[in-house]
Amino acid sequence: MSIVTVQLGQCGNQIGHEVFNVLCSDIRGTHGLCSKKENESYHDSCRERFFCEQESGVPVARAVLVDMEPKVISQALSTAARSGHWKYSSHSHFCQKQGSGNNWANGYSVHGPRHKEAIMNLVQKEAEKCERLGGFFTIMSMAGGTGSGLGAFVTQCLRDAFPTSFILNHLIWPYGTGEVIVQNYNSVLTLSHLYQSSDALLVHENDVIHKICAQLMNIKQISFRDVNQVIAHQLGSVFQPTHTAGGGSGYSRNPLGDLMETLVPHPEFRMLGLRNIPQMPENSLAYSTFSWPGLLKHLRQMLIANAQMEEGIDWQVRPPHPGSCTPSTNKPLHFNTSIANLVILRGKDVHGVDLGSFRDPSLYTSWLNPQDAFSAWKTPRAFNKYEKSASLVSNSQFLLKPLDSIVGKAWNMFASKAYLHQYTKFGIQEEDFLDCFTTLEQVISSYTNL
Amino acid sequence: MTQSVVVQVGQCGNQVGCRFWDLALREHAAVNKKGIYDEALSSFFRNVDTRNGDKGPDIYKGKICSLKARALLIDMEEGVVNEILQGPLRDVFDSKQLITDVSGSGNNWAVGHKIYGCQYRENIVEKLRKTAEHCDCLQCFFIIHSMGGGTGSGLGTYVLNLLEEEFPEVYRFVTSVYPSGEDDVITSPYNSVLAMKELNEHADCVLPIENESLFEIVNKIHQMINSGKLGSTVKQNSLVTSSAGNAKTLQEKPFDAMNNIVANLLLNLTSSARFEGSLNMDLNEISMNLVPFPRLHYLVSSLTPLYTLADVNVPSRRLDQMFSDAFSRDHQLIQADPKHSLYLACALLVRGNVQVSDLRRNIERLKPSLHFVSWNQEGWKTGLCSVPPVGHSHSLLALANNTCVKPTFIELKDRFMKLYKKKAHLHHYLQIDGMEQSCFSEAISSLSDLIEEYNELDATKGGPRIDPSRLKIAV
Repeated sequence: MSIVTVQLGQCGNQIGHEVFNVLCSDIRGTHGLCSKKENESYHDSCRERFFCEQESGVPVARAVLVDMEPKVISQALSTAARSGHWKYSSHSHFCQKQGSGNNWANGYSVHGPRHKEAIMNLVQKEAEKCERLGGFFTIMSMAGGTGSGLGAFVTQCLRDAFPTSFILNHLIWPYGTGEVIVQNYNSVLTLSHLYQSSDALLVHENDVIHKICAQLMNIKQISFRDVNQVIAHQLGSVFQPTHTAGGGSGYSRNPLGDLMETLVPHPEFRMLGLRNIPQMPENSLAYSTFSWPGLLKHLRQMLIANAQMEEGIDWQVRPPHPGSCTPSTNKPLHFNTSIANLVILRGKDVHGVDLGSFRDPSLYTSWLNPQDAFSAWKTPRAFNKYEKSASLVSNSQFLLKPLDSIVGKAWNMFASKAYLHQYTKFGIQEEDFLDCFTTLEQVISSYTNL
Repeated sequence: MTQSVVVQVGQCGNQVGCRFWDLALREHAAVNKKGIYDEALSSFFRNVDTRNGDKGPDIYKGKICSLKARALLIDMEEGVVNEILQGPLRDVFDSKQLITDVSGSGNNWAVGHKIYGCQYRENIVEKLRKTAEHCDCLQCFFIIHSMGGGTGSGLGTYVLNLLEEEFPEVYRFVTSVYPSGEDDVITSPYNSVLAMKELNEHADCVLPIENESLFEIVNKIHQMINSGKLGSTVKQNSLVTSSAGNAKTLQEKPFDAMNNIVANLLLNLTSSARFEGSLNMDLNEISMNLVPFPRLHYLVSSLTPLYTLADVNVPSRRLDQMFSDAFSRDHQLIQADPKHSLYLACALLVRGNVQVSDLRRNIERLKPSLHFVSWNQEGWKTGLCSVPPVGHSHSLLALANNTCVKPTFIELKDRFMKLYKKKAHLHHYLQIDGMEQSCFSEAISSLSDLIEEYNELDATKGGPRIDPSRLKIAV
């Protein structure tokens, strides 16, 4: 099954480009460390999922590029074409001349309706090129105007036009100390709207990735390109082909569906966090070896202690006493309760790995059957030059604190009515804001009481 | 890509405008090596086929034929505009873009606004329409004028009104040069306050500039260049200091260097809209992020660095110095100290080889020493443009919505009241058709209200002491 990617706004288009780069370079690499047959199977599965063939032989990304101003898209198109290894279709982009001005209301209420037909036509065409449509993957930031506002509108349109397809929104949360002053307003509006129409929100926070770049990747002068490449690597580690648990011998054919089924058992809980280890500079890869037990021990503790990367993990945090039905108020502080977890393992000797520690019921909330709460996907084919790589996609309290912080700051600003005139002039009124705050407070409350 | 139109009104406006066009051409020449008319150029210039005279059609792609500025030059005297038309920029403007008269406005806002306004209204509207028609997607009008005189101040604000009426969707950025205390125009306080009312009501953003600040900055640059204290060679051809477009020396034309700074301000402001970068900052984003309440749209600006060093590989320390300077008193373009006043919002637009980590590091470093309003503690808007200005490897433009503009306004009000109480020179204004005492009282009342808004912010530091309580959800 194929996934259609919709890249929205500057951030969405910059990241989308890096994602296709990573996917393509991974399948071109000979570091599969597995049998030729396995490698070919992986290769074919990836191509089917993300690229379609053209006569020229250069794979064409299954993507629709949307932005309200032209600079970023033209860069993405030309850089991809120059690589010679893959490209975007020349008919799959939509842009206008003037951006959304960091104004969610402008993106949602003005640009959305105005350009709905044109954008949905492009999406329809890409969907039709797929033999079987596996769903949509949208990439956007929450802080600006196009990715956030137009992105929310487009997601709604996708839901209306493809009611039975899966929609996964990849969201970038901005740096806490501003990239955009009204980022908290834009974020609140985006999250509350996406919660209605999307199936799940997969989140990356700029602050976290920045730290990974600084401390793990040893990059001195970190650019957005560096950040985007780490994000792309992490996304690739989730979406490249794997064998699902009961999937038989071939590669999984329905990645988005499988993801939703395992991770989103309840519509109130849709926020997914992502962790990937190990992460290191490319030139250190050759000198490092890892063991699966070691990696999994770290990954599990990262989950429990809500660590953002494999350095600085708090090993003191323990799950509550097993067997006891602990109400949430009595749970040990800083313990990260999960609803559902998915671990993805790629690389050497993957088949014998013991994942029992992740099935421990004390990791999970009490109202779900722990058997249903954990899944694992594996492939012996190594990813992106890492001999062994483990990813965790988690529906847990990972994002509770950041979400609470964003809502708090937005509320603080809202109480003083600052910047509201910029939104009301495009049709988003105070009541609309209040509705959004209510929705999110509800989400916060639900996650807090796990 | 969007286009912007520059409307330069009065002597000051036209002199600054002239410097802007000179620098803009040089900036694009440095970047655009192949001579192809590209989107970046089209934001400020038309490409006209002049082989058959001035009435040639616009060429939208391909080689540059003849560049024409998207500008309107308005002056009620001929001297300045004539000088421009005889200088090296004469081919950049055509006769259809000029509106001139002979007698000037006599430093009288009422003459500029009421008399010339009415007289030239249709002419102005027609020419504005024409320039707008040549634009694919017109985003912004830049008005450049001074506040203290008659034409720039009076007719300039009349045009501002017109722009709001005729093009309500297009942003209006106004660069206003405020008179200093020792201004030789006695009635400058009247002119300025009458103009302020118009700016309060009809501008989207105002960038106030004071000559004193420009003068101090220019002096500093020359001291640094001439002192030889700097270890590395200082480049002389930096856009900030050079005035190659004019033959006269600094002594004879001190205003050229000062006007260069203002021109650079406009260039840097629009750079992210014209050139690519990893985090673009368009003009509509500036208004969106920096104007929390409609009337508080006065932005204090600062540009760094002011001179350039020959080191291409700039070590971190120098880069950080650039950020520190942007917040220092001596780099602001008005007499103000933002560090000791309250920030409502702040924007940093960086150009050149600067990455997001440099930006973040400096924001973290400088934040503790700055006071932000309670509801906007992280009120930073940032932009990264990859193309540096000519002669620099990197540069920074800081725009602050800060209560430090208050003293400028209070002084203006005081100088106004000094004259007004004695009714000095009032008759020059009241004898103009359409002018009444109420114009004055409304204007000063508008200014007082504005000052009061800033006062309130300062007093309460922008909000309730305690964070407002969040919505409670029934579990």
